[in-house]
Amino acid sequence: MFQHDVIIVGGGLAGLRAAIESSALVDTAVVSRVHPLRSHTKAAQGGINAALGNAEAGRDDSPDKHAFDTVKGSDFLADQDAVELMTRMGPECIFELEHWGCPFSRTDDGKIAQRPFGGAGFPRTCYGADRTGLYLLQTVYEQSVKRKIKQYQEYFVTSLIVDEGLCRGVIALNIKTGEFVPIVAKATILATGGASWIYSISTNSMINTGSGMTLAYRAGVPLKDMEFIQFHPTGLYPSGLLITEGARGEGGYLINNKGERFMERYAPKAMELAPRDIVSRSIQKEIDEGRAFENACVHLDLRHLGRDKIMTRLPGIRELCLLFVGIDPIDKPIPIRPAAHYTMGGIDCNANCETPLKGLYAAGECSCISVHGANRLGGNSLLECVVYGKVAGQQASKFAKSVPDRTDERLIESSLEREQKRVEGFQKGNGAEEPAALRDEVRLILTQKVGMFRSGPDLEAALDQIRRLRRRFSQLRPIDLDRVFNLDLIRTFEVESMLELAEIITASALARKESRGAHVRLDFPQRDDENFLKHTLAHHTPTGPRLDYSDVKITRYQPEARKY
Amino acid sequence: MTKRNKDGVALTVLRYDPRKGGDPYYQTFTVTATKDTTVLDALFRILETQDYSLAFRYSCRSAVCGSCAMFINGRHRLACSTLISQVGREIIVHPLPHLPIIKDLVVDLTLFFEKYEVVKPYVVPTRPLPGKEWIQSPKERSRINDSTDCIMCAACYSSCPSVWTGKKYLGPAALLWAYRFAADSRDGVLRDRLGVLGLEDGLWRCHTIFNCTEACPKSLNPARFIESLKRTATKETLKARIPFLS
Repeated sequence: MFQHDVIIVGGGLAGLRAAIESSALVDTAVVSRVHPLRSHTKAAQGGINAALGNAEAGRDDSPDKHAFDTVKGSDFLADQDAVELMTRMGPECIFELEHWGCPFSRTDDGKIAQRPFGGAGFPRTCYGADRTGLYLLQTVYEQSVKRKIKQYQEYFVTSLIVDEGLCRGVIALNIKTGEFVPIVAKATILATGGASWIYSISTNSMINTGSGMTLAYRAGVPLKDMEFIQFHPTGLYPSGLLITEGARGEGGYLINNKGERFMERYAPKAMELAPRDIVSRSIQKEIDEGRAFENACVHLDLRHLGRDKIMTRLPGIRELCLLFVGIDPIDKPIPIRPAAHYTMGGIDCNANCETPLKGLYAAGECSCISVHGANRLGGNSLLECVVYGKVAGQQASKFAKSVPDRTDERLIESSLEREQKRVEGFQKGNGAEEPAALRDEVRLILTQKVGMFRSGPDLEAALDQIRRLRRRFSQLRPIDLDRVFNLDLIRTFEVESMLELAEIITASALARKESRGAHVRLDFPQRDDENFLKHTLAHHTPTGPRLDYSDVKITRYQPEARKY
Repeated sequence: MTKRNKDGVALTVLRYDPRKGGDPYYQTFTVTATKDTTVLDALFRILETQDYSLAFRYSCRSAVCGSCAMFINGRHRLACSTLISQVGREIIVHPLPHLPIIKDLVVDLTLFFEKYEVVKPYVVPTRPLPGKEWIQSPKERSRINDSTDCIMCAACYSSCPSVWTGKKYLGPAALLWAYRFAADSRDGVLRDRLGVLGLEDGLWRCHTIFNCTEACPKSLNPARFIESLKRTATKETLKARIPFLS
């Protein structure tokens, strides 16, 4: 058994940022299913927003304007107190990262460079070429090394230890030995990332299966606004790999098979830099209406930017194109289509990152505070990780200090036993179902029926299919447990989570009879503030999610029509 | 011999299971592949349809997380960005050579990361912090270009003969990072850094063999950074010994 004051599940940007903060006060450890440097943060490309006003065209920017853009981008579903805190803390958090050595790109006068991004009134997105995520993750990892923060690398957390309404740590599978171990803590922060790998067309890392979200869910914490899945406009065709919004920020065009810059029809002012939900739907419309290449993709054309700009500002996506589709964007346009990218929803928590379960906190993509509402602006997710990672670290360490030292050996013993029994269930499976087959099916169902354009009948059919898959999951073939580096077992845990999340996403989408941000119902095409200006909360029950709703916090910005 | 049909690819993996012990052995699987299939895709197909016990690391599948560096048909490569159509219809996959095997294609990188930590892999400012960002000119920023882009996949480390023969030698990745911090205009402890790098298992064990440069799947050039550090170390030593140079 291991014991710490605060443990953080997840070693990405939010998790390590939380660890840096918490370790200053109390004994802190990071538990991650992969080495922290393999986390999905590293794949982020375009940048991180903060109203620094460093760019010539950004002199009049301010945290307030950043807050307004974020709220409008969210289609007014974001909690405005949380948004204001994030945009206010943005600049200081960016400077802190810079002081730690983050290698941002620079303006001519040596300041942090900023580029335009979708839905933003000013060039506000700080960047390091198109490798911002790599640089940020590396920077916080360096600081965790400097501070000698204890890490449990390649430990896959399978459940929370809960005692009388208090979270007391986690049970984790030590991947390298195959053993289950309790890691006990006075406060636990979940920073496990998003779930967009549950869609068959996705920009995400394969580890983004949302298994951290279901940890909280099964322990009684609701998942909030799970119907809001962001589709990134420019996933590389066919793999879905991310092509940064920075490519459009630097001036890239979207072109259909008629050679038209079709965004003129959908967002005549903002064009390619409209928010992601709008650009993605526009691309999908072009594809659906027969103006696609190979009936499947449109082109992202960077050729007019010239070799120099592509080589200095977008070298990473050039490399991706060369490696994966054999295309050099200097000479040829890039084939792209929308791909599932980000879960706006997540573990229900407030602006202190506290979940309804005492001692449990959440930060980063797995959480829903909510600062992104119905649609996230590009560049705001890295900022959320940094700001709310810091907040979570502060709050959790403060809480840990207030909790008396008390280890209930029996509780830990019984939690461990329960987990072992659950896993033995996998081993004793007497069916023939393949977990991988169930996973492939659910990913396809979500893409086809719970995608960018939704309808009541499709969602009902999807829900029915997903429930059938969940029943089939109880008839798995036996999973061998006696193994080191047991991918088969880990991936079985993942499929269990994916099926559960798929049901929650679909049920939440079916109940939201309006169109808002990334959630579009063809049968309810308008936003309905009277009935749905509220957060969906999905609660765990043995028979599936139970839904209720909570209010949106509105401080300064009253809902208005969203035009770009 | 495993037969393969016309779409089939023979993929041979070096297997090792610590629970069973014994020597590592080769096992050949037949997988189907299209023009977009990567070696990582093929490993997943084997895992899910032929052998549930196969072990390998993965995460981003976009050549940035650094998990899946392997030795594929005689070269260090990332499995996720290696298209089968580029390497041929007979493929042999080894774990990163010269590293302890945990299981199959998973190697133990503990020592690799410990050596990285030796070089103080973070900026140490010695001037008071400014209220905003440090001013760093594009020219100053360009001194650390590329050295910031290492993904810590350990391909270079595994390829370096000086690492094979000198178990304590820091190796190309750690030295690349040493350069990255030493060359950063915000860092103020160059002398301390050179002190560590000048020890027996530091810089001077690099014999400019350039295997690291050839192995790097991100096309970085660790050898160049190590050479640059050697020049800096020489200059600083001369300056310290010959007062009129400083």
